[in-house]
Amino acid sequence: MTAPLRIGFIPLVDAAALIVAVDKGFAADEGLDVTLVREVSWSNVRDKLNIGLFDAAHLLAPVAIASSLGLGHVKVPIVAPFNLGLNGNAITVSAALHAAIMDEIEGDPFDPMATALALARVVAVRRRSGAEPLTLGMTFPFSTHNYQLRFWMAAGGVDPDEDVRLVVLPPPYMVESLANGHIDGFCVGAPWNSRAVDHGVGHILHFVSDILVRAAEKVLAVRQNWSDKNPDVVAALVRAASKAAEFVAQPQNHAETARMLAQPERIAVDADVIQRTLDGHLKISPDGTIRQSSRYLLVGREGASRPDPVQAAWLYAQMVRWGQTSFSPEALRIAKAAFSPELYDAALGREEKAANAPQSIGAFAGPAFDADDIAGHLAAFEIARRT
Amino acid sequence: MGAESSPKIVIVDESPIRAAILEEGLREAGFTVVLHISEMQSLLARIYALDPDVIVIDLENPSRDVLEQMFQVSRAVRRPVAMFVDQSDAASIQASVDAGVSAYIVDGLKKERIKPILDLCISRFNAFAKLRDELERTKSALEDRKVIDRAKGILMKLKGLTEDEAYVLLRSTAMREKKKIGEIAQSILTASELLK
Repeated sequence: MTAPLRIGFIPLVDAAALIVAVDKGFAADEGLDVTLVREVSWSNVRDKLNIGLFDAAHLLAPVAIASSLGLGHVKVPIVAPFNLGLNGNAITVSAALHAAIMDEIEGDPFDPMATALALARVVAVRRRSGAEPLTLGMTFPFSTHNYQLRFWMAAGGVDPDEDVRLVVLPPPYMVESLANGHIDGFCVGAPWNSRAVDHGVGHILHFVSDILVRAAEKVLAVRQNWSDKNPDVVAALVRAASKAAEFVAQPQNHAETARMLAQPERIAVDADVIQRTLDGHLKISPDGTIRQSSRYLLVGREGASRPDPVQAAWLYAQMVRWGQTSFSPEALRIAKAAFSPELYDAALGREEKAANAPQSIGAFAGPAFDADDIAGHLAAFEIARRT
Repeated sequence: MGAESSPKIVIVDESPIRAAILEEGLREAGFTVVLHISEMQSLLARIYALDPDVIVIDLENPSRDVLEQMFQVSRAVRRPVAMFVDQSDAASIQASVDAGVSAYIVDGLKKERIKPILDLCISRFNAFAKLRDELERTKSALEDRKVIDRAKGILMKLKGLTEDEAYVLLRSTAMREKKKIGEIAQSILTASELLK
């Protein structure tokens, strides 16, 4: 057994590979003695990882990049040797906003361009009538949820900083805030969208996989200097997470996975809600309408586990687009290096050459993403906050 | 803010007792303008309305992520806010995270004026945690005593022992099995429930 490891996580379904790695014994099989520590905020996870109270963490992919670049907080180089999940978020709106969008929509309600254009018309109507701007919740300034909401609405002509209010809300408060009208919608991970639908207060408008075919969501993050000093531990962690992710990926294991995740010390919600997420079988409306998608949350399949530097570059490009930082080639290099397929490949002793598929981002709007020409790529988007 | 005036400190904490302990400490140390927010709904709006120089929040509070939004330059923000603990303050970050408290300051307040505020928050948070631990220990000690008394009663009845003999039996069993006396007592209660 190695020295005991403390790993922080936020109670979300995309922590599945990490939780299963520990609770199903894959970590112990690798000689790791892991204690999982449930946290209440991404700020806490980031700070405790940064100062060494955690050896590793379930972390928002953009926070790993922001921390490496010193954006928003102390600069601590972080590296992600394993990708815990792709996709998994959804955009949920109140019954009122859902009805307003459906009144304005032309075309397929699952087409994000159709809904974004409809949202733009709803926003215009509200402005003319002197109504307050719509308020939408997301989880963190450096979050996939923030960038996914922005990307979607901006494609329809809605300026996320001028036309609506985007506010950070802790995921456990999202459903209540939607119910009492403090917000009109949100983008968040599982299980919170399903909770809003189950409580009859929300409609799932989009799975994030409608907006981006592949979107890096949470990573297993470690400090770069810790990784340099403990290569064997990092490799063992990657192997344990990889075995767990492969376990989670098998449909016949979804029920057992859901039961493990549902435990009070882990995610602490009904196993049934968790299983719907794993199955990609989601109730999207309080009337009971079900939507099925195998791409809703990808854990351990379709190459989801292998960190993809192109994903890191896309997230960095969003930070630039929305004025969180200005572009520099050096920062882009640092951002890409935060996602390490090298550590992943070294740990597993193999190379999944086809893993990082050509359809690496697959956004529904704008030109195909070019990680080598961020400035040129961003020039194609009209709405932006360039610094 | 003038150089002599006391900075306006806002405590964001859902625990009224801890907030009161903190507030008292800050006032005693001469920080006279201390306000408390206990309601997390529309937290940013409440903070902007109070317009503080320093914000103190406990790390158990999920709304800490809401405060991170203040770093983002947007039309909603009237003054940029920076975390006071910067790159050079690794020890301060460690101490505050250990204590379970985090502080944010509005740009412009001098660092040397913040240090005593944070130090005080850290010591008060630690004092509160100690208090809570003691309370927990007292509670579980009380709980143990109740369990032990009931177990003694069962032993006295079933084995015809005196109270002292029953206690000695419990204690010697606990020592032999390297368990707490409360645990042995609890297993006697469980067994007697099962055998009813």
